[in-house]
Amino acid sequence: MQMPQPNPVILAKKARIVERLLSVLPADAVVHELAETRAYECDALTAYRCPPLAAVLPSTTQEVSDVLRICFEEGVPVVPRGSGTSLAGGALPTGDSVILGVARMNAVLETDYDNRFIRVQSGRTNLSVTGAVEETDFFYAPDPSSQLACAIAGNIAMNSGGAHCLKYGVTTNNLLGVTMVLMDGTVVELGGAHLDAGGLDLLGVVCGSEGQLGVVTEATLRILRKPEGARPVLIGYDSNEVAGACVSDIIKAGVLPVAIEFMDAPCIRATDDFSGAGYPKCEALLIVEVEGSETEIAEQLAKITEIARRHNPVELREAQNADEAARIWLGRKSAFGAMGNINDYMCLDGTIPVTELPYVLKRIGEMSKEYGLEVANVFHAGDGNMHPLILFNANQDGQLELCEALGADILKLCVEVGGCLTGEHGVGIEKRDLMSHQYAPADLEAQMAVKDVFDPGWLLNPAKVFPLGASEGRRSAALAAE
Amino acid sequence: MRPESEAELAEAVAGAQGPLTVRGGGTRGVVSQGDMLETGGLSGITLYEPGALTMVAQAGTPLAEVETALEAEGQRMAFEPMDHRGLLGTTGEPTIGGVFAANVSGPRRVQAGAARDFLLGVRFVDGTGAVVKNGGRVMKNVTGYDLVKLMAGAHGTLGVLSEVSLKVLPQPEAAACIVINGLSDEQAVAAMARALGSPFDVTGAAHAPVGVDGHPVTMIRIEGFDGSVAYRAEKLRALFEGDVSIERDPARLRAGWAWVRDVEIMHGQPGDIWRLSCKPSDAPNLVAKAGAAQVLYDWGGGLVWLRLTEGTDLRARLGAFDGHATCLRGAFPRFHPEAAPVAALTRGIRAKFDPKGILNTGLMP
Repeated sequence: MQMPQPNPVILAKKARIVERLLSVLPADAVVHELAETRAYECDALTAYRCPPLAAVLPSTTQEVSDVLRICFEEGVPVVPRGSGTSLAGGALPTGDSVILGVARMNAVLETDYDNRFIRVQSGRTNLSVTGAVEETDFFYAPDPSSQLACAIAGNIAMNSGGAHCLKYGVTTNNLLGVTMVLMDGTVVELGGAHLDAGGLDLLGVVCGSEGQLGVVTEATLRILRKPEGARPVLIGYDSNEVAGACVSDIIKAGVLPVAIEFMDAPCIRATDDFSGAGYPKCEALLIVEVEGSETEIAEQLAKITEIARRHNPVELREAQNADEAARIWLGRKSAFGAMGNINDYMCLDGTIPVTELPYVLKRIGEMSKEYGLEVANVFHAGDGNMHPLILFNANQDGQLELCEALGADILKLCVEVGGCLTGEHGVGIEKRDLMSHQYAPADLEAQMAVKDVFDPGWLLNPAKVFPLGASEGRRSAALAAE
Repeated sequence: MRPESEAELAEAVAGAQGPLTVRGGGTRGVVSQGDMLETGGLSGITLYEPGALTMVAQAGTPLAEVETALEAEGQRMAFEPMDHRGLLGTTGEPTIGGVFAANVSGPRRVQAGAARDFLLGVRFVDGTGAVVKNGGRVMKNVTGYDLVKLMAGAHGTLGVLSEVSLKVLPQPEAAACIVINGLSDEQAVAAMARALGSPFDVTGAAHAPVGVDGHPVTMIRIEGFDGSVAYRAEKLRALFEGDVSIERDPARLRAGWAWVRDVEIMHGQPGDIWRLSCKPSDAPNLVAKAGAAQVLYDWGGGLVWLRLTEGTDLRARLGAFDGHATCLRGAFPRFHPEAAPVAALTRGIRAKFDPKGILNTGLMP
């Protein structure tokens, strides 16, 4: 994975840049010693690292605006950072860039239960948004696995999903408004407590733009009342195909579970050994969760188990109490940790039409054999968002490259069957160069045209999302103008 | 012009010598200038996978054709697009492309989401005649920028839609409506907030200060499996005092919510028609300022329909508020003016996608 060479002109004026940043921020909010900037050298895609020129930690929208205006005037690239949990390298800096971290901006600004929204500073973590309204039985629906750590800013940048988005949607469906600072320091308000855009839906394109259009400092988020209860059922099958068919039938039957999670045999074995969840030994496992009152749960589970039985499950386990429910989720929730325990792994994130599940799983199995690398599958089956985990040995020469090549082939397969490269993690640097498999030059041109409007100098997170070759003209034009 | 294929559409736009009025079925009251460019020739459902909850259709496909196909599989568009014909006195056949170009969402917006939330992918021809695709036909997709959202509601000013892919959902087994009579606007908005803030998954919350029988009526809808609907209807009824009843008759429910969705109360009436999008709890106060001849609250108060005497400048009456006012019928600009920095972004994007300035010129500020 390549990153552009740092601009020597910027490196040469580091002292002046730092001095200017210190003129608008408290001393402890500007990190510029090499030993300290290393803390920002990577995000959760740890295979790639590079300390930034400096990192700043503003506390207000005004400070963010001041920082961006200075960087704009100095021609310095800025890489926005939430909590640094991106799996796609969204917050990976270059040596000539300033990391703008929003971690200190974590206040709740307004809670409005009558109108069902909360307004927060963007550095607040996902789970603590729910934490702020839980007392009154409300919650914020998008729940990425990293929700304990990840920031709303990053959720908005990547349009994050989660296990429960089958029912509640992803970030873009739960985001009502933002306060955002453009690269030249201009503060804009998009959306608000009302439900739709008055003109072009700029909020819609900002969400998921991977920190390339502006820095979101405040967000208005839709909050929902918690359901009265929830309960999972665990269903085991002796083949992936049958489990896939069961998923399709449940969806078609009009039951809308909050989650349908799928694990294949390699994943079941690893997680069960790791967590002791007591999963059955089978080829494919589904966890289906429904919500409501006791009677409503019973009504939905009756329909689901009836469909499941038609496909001859080897195991069908309905949670009878909270403890059993927790045990059903235990293995799934520790899946990534379990896989990490036995191997290095790379986590993919392609989405496919649900009807293609059996074929894609079969093809991944074949490709896994061809490459000689084991692949475990754990994913959100209800919406076709797959997470194949490719197991490899990072200490063995050539294994990372082999793993990346298999990963690229699997993602191309997802595109071939009518799906996409990434369902919830984002493109970042990881899938940047695969974009031309999904999009034609005119498609990428239209997307880059949007960035031209928000950030004409291509200074915000410039080397992400688009293949370097495709964005090169714009990035070098900006450099020449500098 | 009425191209029969995407290639012909691209040719028509590329070769245009002046402004083009982009038109699906022509039912949404969009007025622009220049030659008419109709999408009706691009018609037909190209893919429908009920098991994957997705449909792909050419933009000019009649909405009725989409609805019939979905009905046959027991599915529907959950965002419940309204029919503007009765309200605006327009004729013609609404198209699926027009639904998304105007981001048309009905009462279920409060629970299921808007049209834009169900649009999974688009193909369109931009103002230079280039064919562009974005998104796809899967539920979760963060691959590159979400131009799908940008196209939803752009009213054809950024490009002419040639194909859309959408998420559909199963029709529920049952429905019910809690009907509360006699509430003031403030009481009604508070009641709807209580219902929408309950765990009972409300899929519609509307209030008419003057209902069909001349008295105030507040309607709260729930949908789902039969047992669940019965349970939640009782729970919701218990939240309210006074004249409260439960309606379970399917035909009456369909008619009642179509009445709300299509703003039937204002059909055939004189004057200007405005649509107000606001913070729900602000709605009664805004309505008091508006001095309207007729009012209908939907989305728990987040959407207010107003009929005003012809030539009344609603925006001037309301002043600044959280939201916007759209003029659907009347001599005022259709869209609410935007704050300067937002307007600059909007203009910039239009200039990129339509550099010749020919697509529905003058429609957006």
